Amino acid sequence: MNEYLLLLLSTALINNVVLVKFLGLCPTMGVSKSVDAALGMGLATTFVITLAAAASWMLEHWLLAPFDLGFLRILSFILVIAAAVQFTEMAIRKTSPALYESLGIYLPLITTNCAVLGVALLNVQQGYGFVKSVLFGFGSALGFTIVLLIFAGLRERLALASVPAAFSGAPAAFITISLLSLAFMGFSGLIPA
Amino acid sequence: MLAAILSLTILGAVLGTVLGFANRFFQVEGNPLVEEIEALMPGSNCGQCGFPGCAGAAAAIAAGQASPTCCPPGGRSLAVTIAQRLGVSVELGGAEDPGPLVADIDESICIGCTRCIRACPTDAILGGPKQIHNVMRDSCSGCAQCIDQCPTEAMVMQPLPVTLQQWFWPKPALRA
Amino acid sequence: MGILDRFLRTARFSGGVHPDDHKRPAADAPLRVMPPPARLYVPLVQHIGSPARAIVAVGDHVRKGQRIGEPQGAVSAAIHAPTSGRVNAIGDIVAPHPSGLPVRGITIASDGRDEWCELETCDDPFALDPAEIGRRVARAGVVGLGGAAFPSAVKISGGLGARVDLLIINASECEPFLSCDDRLMRDRAAESVDGIAIMLHATGAREARIGIEDNKPEAIAAMRAAVAGHARIRVEVIPTRYPMGSEKHLILVLTGREVPAEGRPSDIGVVVHNVGTAVAVRNAVRFGRPLVSRMVTVNGACVRQPGNVEVPIGTLAGEVLAFCGGLRAEHGGPARLLLGGPMTGMQVPTLEVPVIKGTGGILVLDAAEVGEGEGDGSPCIRCGDCMRACPVGLLPLEIAARVRAGEVDAAARFGLADCIACGCCAYVCPSRIPLVQYFHHAKGELAARARGTQRNETIRTLTRAKAERVEREEREKAEALARRAAASLAAAAAAKQPAAVAEKAVEDASEEAGVCA
Repeated sequence: MNEYLLLLLSTALINNVVLVKFLGLCPTMGVSKSVDAALGMGLATTFVITLAAAASWMLEHWLLAPFDLGFLRILSFILVIAAAVQFTEMAIRKTSPALYESLGIYLPLITTNCAVLGVALLNVQQGYGFVKSVLFGFGSALGFTIVLLIFAGLRERLALASVPAAFSGAPAAFITISLLSLAFMGFSGLIPA
Repeated sequence: MLAAILSLTILGAVLGTVLGFANRFFQVEGNPLVEEIEALMPGSNCGQCGFPGCAGAAAAIAAGQASPTCCPPGGRSLAVTIAQRLGVSVELGGAEDPGPLVADIDESICIGCTRCIRACPTDAILGGPKQIHNVMRDSCSGCAQCIDQCPTEAMVMQPLPVTLQQWFWPKPALRA
Repeated sequence: MGILDRFLRTARFSGGVHPDDHKRPAADAPLRVMPPPARLYVPLVQHIGSPARAIVAVGDHVRKGQRIGEPQGAVSAAIHAPTSGRVNAIGDIVAPHPSGLPVRGITIASDGRDEWCELETCDDPFALDPAEIGRRVARAGVVGLGGAAFPSAVKISGGLGARVDLLIINASECEPFLSCDDRLMRDRAAESVDGIAIMLHATGAREARIGIEDNKPEAIAAMRAAVAGHARIRVEVIPTRYPMGSEKHLILVLTGREVPAEGRPSDIGVVVHNVGTAVAVRNAVRFGRPLVSRMVTVNGACVRQPGNVEVPIGTLAGEVLAFCGGLRAEHGGPARLLLGGPMTGMQVPTLEVPVIKGTGGILVLDAAEVGEGEGDGSPCIRCGDCMRACPVGLLPLEIAARVRAGEVDAAARFGLADCIACGCCAYVCPSRIPLVQYFHHAKGELAARARGTQRNETIRTLTRAKAERVEREEREKAEALARRAAASLAAAAAAKQPAAVAEKAVEDASEEAGVCA
């Protein structure tokens, strides 16, 4: 039990997918202008990553490994991820047209979100079991959502501040997220040396 | 080789079937957004936005091909309402927005032909045959359909005059 | 201190500021009465509500107190001639308003005789029915003289639809520089109390409390002496703190009860009137005199003889200043012109604006009093002083930041609607950010949007109505044509006179088409 909790915590905070592994930066910069949209994006990505982690484990252990098809790994993972994203897109379009509208192009782009593929590939690399794979995926997604929410909150405040013209917009956002990244480095102290 | 082809084919077929069923389950009839936006529009089908009527404009806005600010008669308030509904932000013209234009009649050259009255989609023009017409500003949608009807060019579009009740402080300019 | 305070006073409000009051020496100067000038400019809207309609024509001779503007709608006030003379023009005059926009008004050339028209007097107002008092007050065009200029009759005779048990007289006069209520109470205490007694009778309240800030000892003494014979009227001394004169804050301090956020005092059985209004009500009911003049404080470092003047409504501010000895040019000359107090008053671009019913002061401040200096409008340093000063408990810095970023709706979510625009936040702001202007702008923007939405709503309804009507007419026309064609065919077959009837049917149809079009 303790082991699973530790895995969840360390993937969410210490090895944060965005700020430590630098994966999934595209939506982090793109969908962090408002907390509402960030929450929607976070939830959608969480769903996709968790689903993809589970599906890729099954794919790896039941199809790719038995038939020795390791060279098809990326191809087949992308296939599964794309299907999961399509499914999410349909579901969001049906349940919340406004969120669908505000996520815009970033919703189908979850397919190419390297955090999703990265988590699936890392799972294989680490040789996790099924439960651990799903937890690893969920923990990473949780970390992604947390960062997206914090960053969106910061950017909402940043929009109100009088930033010098040369820094307003993306430059200020990049500086902010680098400081946030530094702050997350502090979590590495959670692991006893 | 065969295993690779077969496995990918099967994988694709399974996922495709699942998505096909999901698509049926999550079927969206038309676009509810379009109908919602159309209900917000003035409905005078004036064509100033460049789309065929308010329904066309609503579809274009929902599809992201037109800005919520594209409706001149609706003005800022409509733009803001639509933007809120869509969850997007709009760039409002700022202080230089002259506000909606409304029709005005030059009484000295109006001949009382009633053509503008027939063209007006909101019945905002008063008058009878051979009598000088007048525009009720509160009812005028600013669609400008009457302008081309007038044989004497007595109709012009003018911004609504700012009254004492409507005036408000401009946003303070940033110093330094 | 805090605990003692709590025992001594029933309640207090948080926030507020203690600006230097600048009330003396103007408050100590004797009251002067200004004779009507040669020309008076009387706007047709001097109150909250719909404008009055002019009922005189150019060239008409009017006498002082004659009605020249008829109220329109439920919330409106009548306008009367401030002196006798001839109506010179009915048209646009510069409004006493920061925008400098024109307002419809009546220009009267005085004939110098200043003769009253016939007035309906009343020896015993307490024998009158409260509704009749309300009617007389409405006929006299009395509005709240504290500044907001809300038609008083609505608040006097149960127009608010709620039972009133407490009448509060607002004599706190918390704005710096202003002293017209102070002077009125010192010089006309008996008249004020008589007016309050009439109001008490009209509203049916159990008692009246007069709230006076403790920086006006002379007025307190005068009013205490005047209320000696009245059991139901009390003078309450309240601490000097801005914005004590805000209706909701005064009620809180005097009764310990809070008016709900979007509510009105009548919701908790209270009605608030200004002390100046009480005198106007007395004049209206006892002597039938309409509101044609008011007390105005003329103050500021640039005024040669500051003091309080009774000014006919419609007198230009410049002429009132000339009556007070004109302007001083020392210390760099006038830096700012204000109608009303420095906190909530209106900065006006010119002196050529008339005094109206709601004008409590004409202030001409020099640069030192305006206090503009370095660091004006520098960035917010988030010190939170505005938050502590806000008497309503809002976060002015957060609201202003959102307004500046153009997010008016976000500002509204921070309670912009409850802002009373008292100016405490801007007064304490070390960065001197024009916070109140941000709030005024945002409120105006929200109001404009609401108007726009309303307008779009109306237009949509009208469009649908017309489309439906056109469709119905066409359908009816088609049906009528079909019916007649059928009838004519039948008639033709029966009577063997096809030509004449068919012709008639066609004629009828075309006639109808002409009418429909």
